[in-house]
Amino acid sequence: MPDIKVTPLGAGQDVGRSCILVSVGGKNIMLDCGMHMGYNDDRRFPDFSYITQNGRLTDFLDCVIISHFHLDHCGALPYMSEMVGYDGPIYMTHPTKAICPILLEDFRKITVDKKGETNFFTSQMIKDCMKKVVPLNLHQTVQVDDELEIKAYYAGHVLGAAMVLIKVGSESVVYTGDYNMTPDRHLGAAWIDKCRPDILISESTYATTIRDSKRCRERDFLKKVHETIERGGKVLIPVFALGRAQELCILLETFWYRMNLKAPIYFSTGLTEKANHYYKLFITWTNQKIRKTFVQRNMFEFKHIKAFDRSYADNPGPMVVFATPGMLHAGQSLQIFKKWAGNEKNMVIMPGYCVQGTVGHKILNGQKKLEMEGRATLEVKLQVEYMSFSAHADAKGIMQLIRMAEPRNMLLVHGEAKKMEFLKDKIEQEFSISCYMPANGETTTVTTNPSVPVDISLNLLKREMALGGPLPDPKKPRTMHGTLIMKDSSLRLVSPEQALKELGLSEHQLRFTCRVHLQDPHSDSDTLSRIYSHLKSVLKGYAVQHLPDGTVMVESIVLKVSSSGEDPNLKVILLSWSYQVNVEVILQKRPLYPSIGVTGVTDRHWRYT
Amino acid sequence: MYADLMRCFNWTECMLIVLCSLLKELKECAGRVFVDSQPEFCLPERELLDLSTVDVILISNYHCMMALPYITEHTGFSGTVYATEPTFQIGRLLMEELVTFMERVPKAQSATCWKNKEIQRMLPGPLKDAVDVWSWKRCYSMQEVNSALSKVQLVGYSQKVELFGAVQVTPLSSGYSLGSSNWIIQSHYEKVSYVSGSSLLTTHPQPMDQSSLKNSDVLILTGLTQIPTANPDGMLGEFCSNLAMTIRAGGNVLVPCYSSGVIYDLLECLYQFMDSANLGTTPFYFISPVANSSLEFSQIFAEWLCQNKQSKVYLPEPPFPHAELIQTNKLKHYPSIHGEFSSEFRQPCVVFTGHPSLRFGDVVHFMELWGKSSLNTIIFTEPDFSYLDALAPYQPLAMKCVYCPIDTRLNFHQVSKLLKEVQPLHVVCPEQYTQPPPAQSHRSDLMLELQPPPMAYRRCSVLGLPFRRRYERIQLQPELAKALVPSEIKPGISVATVSAVLQSKDNKHVLQPVPKPTPVPPSKKRKRLMEEVPELLSPKPLLSGSIPLDAFLASLHKSGITEVKVEETADGHILHLQAEDALIQLEEDATHIVCDNNEPLRTALRDLVLRFLQKL
Repeated sequence: MPDIKVTPLGAGQDVGRSCILVSVGGKNIMLDCGMHMGYNDDRRFPDFSYITQNGRLTDFLDCVIISHFHLDHCGALPYMSEMVGYDGPIYMTHPTKAICPILLEDFRKITVDKKGETNFFTSQMIKDCMKKVVPLNLHQTVQVDDELEIKAYYAGHVLGAAMVLIKVGSESVVYTGDYNMTPDRHLGAAWIDKCRPDILISESTYATTIRDSKRCRERDFLKKVHETIERGGKVLIPVFALGRAQELCILLETFWYRMNLKAPIYFSTGLTEKANHYYKLFITWTNQKIRKTFVQRNMFEFKHIKAFDRSYADNPGPMVVFATPGMLHAGQSLQIFKKWAGNEKNMVIMPGYCVQGTVGHKILNGQKKLEMEGRATLEVKLQVEYMSFSAHADAKGIMQLIRMAEPRNMLLVHGEAKKMEFLKDKIEQEFSISCYMPANGETTTVTTNPSVPVDISLNLLKREMALGGPLPDPKKPRTMHGTLIMKDSSLRLVSPEQALKELGLSEHQLRFTCRVHLQDPHSDSDTLSRIYSHLKSVLKGYAVQHLPDGTVMVESIVLKVSSSGEDPNLKVILLSWSYQVNVEVILQKRPLYPSIGVTGVTDRHWRYT
Repeated sequence: MYADLMRCFNWTECMLIVLCSLLKELKECAGRVFVDSQPEFCLPERELLDLSTVDVILISNYHCMMALPYITEHTGFSGTVYATEPTFQIGRLLMEELVTFMERVPKAQSATCWKNKEIQRMLPGPLKDAVDVWSWKRCYSMQEVNSALSKVQLVGYSQKVELFGAVQVTPLSSGYSLGSSNWIIQSHYEKVSYVSGSSLLTTHPQPMDQSSLKNSDVLILTGLTQIPTANPDGMLGEFCSNLAMTIRAGGNVLVPCYSSGVIYDLLECLYQFMDSANLGTTPFYFISPVANSSLEFSQIFAEWLCQNKQSKVYLPEPPFPHAELIQTNKLKHYPSIHGEFSSEFRQPCVVFTGHPSLRFGDVVHFMELWGKSSLNTIIFTEPDFSYLDALAPYQPLAMKCVYCPIDTRLNFHQVSKLLKEVQPLHVVCPEQYTQPPPAQSHRSDLMLELQPPPMAYRRCSVLGLPFRRRYERIQLQPELAKALVPSEIKPGISVATVSAVLQSKDNKHVLQPVPKPTPVPPSKKRKRLMEEVPELLSPKPLLSGSIPLDAFLASLHKSGITEVKVEETADGHILHLQAEDALIQLEEDATHIVCDNNEPLRTALRDLVLRFLQKL
């Protein structure tokens, strides 16, 4: 029995370093190749030695698919392809292909140049890795090889985020990556067709959350920013350069314009302009409204938002700063945070999920004293706000996606075990499908039951469909009969007659004849006529014929009467039928000869009384 | 000319009125007669078939959808139109431009008198030869455009779109323009390719996908180059040198063109050329109601562009250099000649504007403005209209005319190479492709020569495609497949008898195992069930093979039937089973078992016989 195996190397009952291995129909696919923000050691990358102990992965993987450009989904890619070794195709959408190397380079700089780590991938490795990337278009069916095909769907999580359908023969798996089921200010909602995969592998970041309306969240956010500015405080918003940053920029930009505010808004790092440029060039990946109006007014050209310089952090007076990275684990956002943390007038707004181990995660858990490098401690006096603006589906959204795709099995990744547990129960209850949540390194095996595709001769099919009436009626099943010819790898279903012809065989007739003795004083022909009229009256619905050659036919069963030489009253009835005919069917239906008082039982199917 | 016409009529008063309005319609210029009217368009054939029966329209490229509103509106059409996103967006721009051109110079009436058969017959060519003039229509409105476009479903290259479960359609890159597609229409067993407007030249669009066209049963070929004798690269060179010559002499260059397509390549080519020719300061003007949109849209379809343009987006830089031309003020675009343009424009300059037919649009103004000076040059690049016809109403003209048609679509040489590569079983094409052009009847290289010869069609002809559908895909449910008992009939060929329930839904067929008859509950329903269950019983398989006498006798013996008398007949043997009082007649292709009221015996004999036969 064929089965599909799924093994998370990362993101199994966890968020971070997403990397999921799928084996389907003899093909091995790696879904995402991310890094973990919460670790600085080996645990940062997925454990590729699970795939093979010695050496390169090329022989063990048919392809790698990257769902979007966030580092927890692609951060280990150059390590995997260049340092462990993989030369096969890596699939990602155009925007992901464009943006991912920039984030990787940024990540590399922070790790190697700032923290001084060695044994890390180089800029050249990022470039070499990107050369192996094959771009994916939405809804395009990409044939990885003769049997394996993949298709991308819009996921709405960040620019270029995609869900993928992986198909081998009639078996299929959908991997959602990160997705969002509600459109926001710059992206559309995730969508997939009713593809009925054997397994739907879904993220479950917000497995237990049902978020309130976006409008409320936005109003809250603006209110908090506004209040802080009014009292002369500074607002730090740690973000990743691409994604929520643009969403919140659009939000603040329109608010500043409407309220005619003067406090400066800054966006850190040189990435800003570049990032916005990507949004302009990939405008087809944004939502309907932005796409419609981009010629007149490009939403990614901001008037109020200026580039940030390190020295601005010490400027007096209120300001809003967007700084990277989003979890306060390194870089400029952490530096600014250190500067501003001591003043209770200031505020930090965490607009997204923070991985365990990061400063972001610690302060969100209410930690007031942070241990910094060099044993220094940092007192956190500024206000800490958490506002979920990350574009993940909430519990409602996940259920919605299941309804869209109608999977046969469900598998949860990219979430916390406890929350997954809750969602798993809910899914199993509501959809009566199995739901799995393997931990890292744990393999889930799902047995599939693929049907066998066969070529049916159109003649046979049409004949059968015509018998069923002009329209197919699912309530009235009909049996059809055919011969399956198996030659080499082809399977053809044809009518038995055609099969005989094709194979150059002649039909072998098998007939049976049986004699029934009967006492009847009439002449032979009268006896036959009597039998005929009797059969005619009892076998309604069957073709009973009296033929001129002195036989009676019931469907294809032939009856003849002759009298024995010695006793003219003793008639011999010859019944003759072919093996093809279901004599049983016809004869079982009505007891035959109920009125003729003969006890000459000839056949178990002949019920004489 | 008028005098000739008048002589032809009998002078009746009624005729006089007709003639008066006719004279209002007709205008003479430089010896040619023109109709002065609201422009009208010749539509695709609409009478041949009921458009409400059309389920799907596949669009090849944005030039091929200009008649869409005529087809989808007011005809009962209720199907779906499939197109790629660039085709959809740029098609919309071109239609919008056309509508705007028409609305800017409204004419109260369309000329109809000249269409009268009797009158048309007497007009000079080409008016005389115009066909179906009564079916010509005025331009649609923006509202109709929007309604037509609302029926469009967007698709991507290599996206498999299921139609009613019966066929799958897939657009493939055709290399001709942004989002231009060839279409594959296929079932599991038959494949029809529709190749229209394809190009093998490296211009801005994604290269043509040729390999996916392989294994077609039928390839429908259309949209070849209109100018098979002109080489696009050579034309481009000529374009540049003429342009440089005119500018150096202080003249202006007018390029009548469509607002999308070749213009992107022209701008890119000029971008490089002007600096090298030391003409870097010459301004380019692109004037069209959709100029801005066309330039903006061209930059956002990276996925649909050729490799080297695509890779620019990764930097991130705009894929087309016209962004830089705009930034450096070398290229300026205006919605029309009114407003800003009139105050800003400097001469000498290069103006790109429409419509290439020279019958409407801003180009008309430039013809009036620049036509009188021999310093100026008009360069025709679009191959759709005869430049002589286009210029005719403006005669006499002093300005220079240069004809550099740039048509990147396949020429006959490229087509025959392509067809050799993809090897379709049959080719269907317009009649014109099967013979050399009438003006160059000796050029046998300007036609398709194929073996077997292509099936040619002309307007309104109906062709049957030459394939017979013989198979359909059906799915055997795993439980059924597992229960099958294959037996080897010949080396390498096995057969299995399948008895199953056929389920057909949305043109998808599934075979399920026959449900086991449920035990009949002792109730009144018994009778009904009795009637239904037998319907499900399978007929017995066909038998084949023959029964070897000795082996059969041996197996009879084994089953305890020992007293057998064998009698030879003409066709075989008759076996008397004396103890059992039964007869078995064995022949090459038939076996006949005759016995009386002994069912166990008959069953035993039957099974013995079946052991020697193959079942189908």
